[in-house]
Amino acid sequence: MGLTLAEKLIARAAGRDEVRPGETVTVRVDLAMMHDSSGPRRIAPILERLGAKVWDPERIVLVSDHWVPAVDAQSAEILAITRRWARENNIEAFYDMVGICHVVLPQGGHLRPGMFAVGGDSHSTTGGAFGCYMFGVGSTDMAGVLVTGETWLKVPESIALDWSGKLQRGVCAKDINLALCAHLGLGGAEYAAVEFTGSLIAELGMEERMTLSNMAAELGAQAGLIAPDETTTEWLEAAGGNPGEAAPWRSDKDAEYSATHEFDAGSLEPQVAAPHSPANAAPASSYKGVAIDQAYIGACTGAKLADLHMAAQVLDGRQVARGTRLLVAPASRRDMMQADTDGTLAKLMGAGAIMMPIGCGACAGFGGGVLAEDEVCISSTSRNFQGRMGAQSSKVYLASPYAVAAAAVAGEIRDPREFLAKG
Amino acid sequence: MTGSEGAAWVFGDNIDTDQLAPGGTLKGGVEEGASQCLRAVNPDFAGQVRKGDFVVGGRNFGIGSSREQAAQALCHLGVAAVIAPSFGGIFYRNALNFGLLALVCAEAGKISQGDRLTADPETGEVRNLSRGEVYDCEPLPAHLLEIVSAGGLVPYLERKLR
Ligand code: SF4
Repeated sequence: MGLTLAEKLIARAAGRDEVRPGETVTVRVDLAMMHDSSGPRRIAPILERLGAKVWDPERIVLVSDHWVPAVDAQSAEILAITRRWARENNIEAFYDMVGICHVVLPQGGHLRPGMFAVGGDSHSTTGGAFGCYMFGVGSTDMAGVLVTGETWLKVPESIALDWSGKLQRGVCAKDINLALCAHLGLGGAEYAAVEFTGSLIAELGMEERMTLSNMAAELGAQAGLIAPDETTTEWLEAAGGNPGEAAPWRSDKDAEYSATHEFDAGSLEPQVAAPHSPANAAPASSYKGVAIDQAYIGACTGAKLADLHMAAQVLDGRQVARGTRLLVAPASRRDMMQADTDGTLAKLMGAGAIMMPIGCGACAGFGGGVLAEDEVCISSTSRNFQGRMGAQSSKVYLASPYAVAAAAVAGEIRDPREFLAKG
Repeated sequence: MTGSEGAAWVFGDNIDTDQLAPGGTLKGGVEEGASQCLRAVNPDFAGQVRKGDFVVGGRNFGIGSSREQAAQALCHLGVAAVIAPSFGGIFYRNALNFGLLALVCAEAGKISQGDRLTADPETGEVRNLSRGEVYDCEPLPAHLLEIVSAGGLVPYLERKLR
């Protein structure tokens, strides 16, 4: 019996020919990524207590993105600790306020198909878009990795999420994610490694693939994998990394999936997820008319260059509605600079968007742009858990960048296709 | 290693990490975080839970972010074990890393608020003294049991590295 992509990646890291679901294995870690919030401020005391040094500074990527820029003395201190730790531990790959970790990591050329990586953040599943086995761990777990270069893993079952057909105009990866959350339920993948397969996935660009893998976290998946192909290696080459070999990293024809779900992309409508769960997703039209105080384009999930392009398509030549504010926090400096060069930023700002610092911003309620009591927000982020973006009684609707931009213009939730020329 | 007796605090499906460790408390220390733990679903919990009590969850207990403050808060409040039919993958690891026993128990739904329980991490047996019932949980692999018995990953590594 053949192996799934997940099983091949884990077997390689475990130094084995094969692994099977349910086994607990010890694996070597190729790369450890952490950020300011879960990183040095929590890990340094553990390393000190153990009297241990990091196993390999060259395999560590550190990103300050959660508490940037500092808004008070406490967040400033968190950032200061992060910088000091990077210096003291000779971490070359330290990205200070230049983007969100899951976006900076591939853009910095750190990922390569076949890698086994851990990240100190739940959306570390994003690395799966590059054919890496990558998942999130907590700080203590990460400290263990930093000291030993190893970790353990229960080999997950694999679930295939197979998408064929073509997406309609105004429909994107984020809509796929939300539809999957509604279909499988929050955490519905229950620890499985999900693998996005099918003719549609092969046609998607890397940023859309990253969005898919990113929200595997909301499905409760252990990893969100996509078999690497030419699109992957070209993208990684352009990022200045070593793309390695894509060919070995695909599931065998006779590999065993615990489930295969098939979907037709052509019939997918723009989605909106009502508070307080991504699983409350339904076609945008069913929430039509919900008045919006704040529209937020941000996060690793929804503010990459491709996401900014989607928003600009809707906003070009239009104005944000009176009584509604549109905040845009680009995912990385590189995305922001490219959006500047290609005229996207001018379209966003021309429509009245307020540009926010690069970083996690309001996504997890740490940075600027949080919500007051009872305020209603539509957001391109990944989670709308109660109180995550600000006050307990605030309400967050999740949607694609198209739909967030459409709501900003209309002042209420709409189907974004109303704002896009047919084509 | 049969644990001692404690009361069950029962919660529903999909208890997420923002409910266990609200974002607004993450800048501060564990005391502040623990005092707000689960306030959105049961405002009495953090104030009234006793050392040795049990948290009983529904499916996907601890789904969401990697913030280990979610598990740390329960430890700080003295919770003896979390029992649920399934866990958020990262929370599960974090719990064991803090020495907090997390037991996958298909029958967790039979437990009611206030039931008196004991849990044996080695056999994976949960006894419901109030109902005279015994539930089987998935046993922990030996090396994870070792981490939990050591009191968490840090003391475990401390021992190993010495
Ligand atoms: S942008 Fe949001 S989801 Fe992404 S890493 Fe930051 S806090 Fe997490």
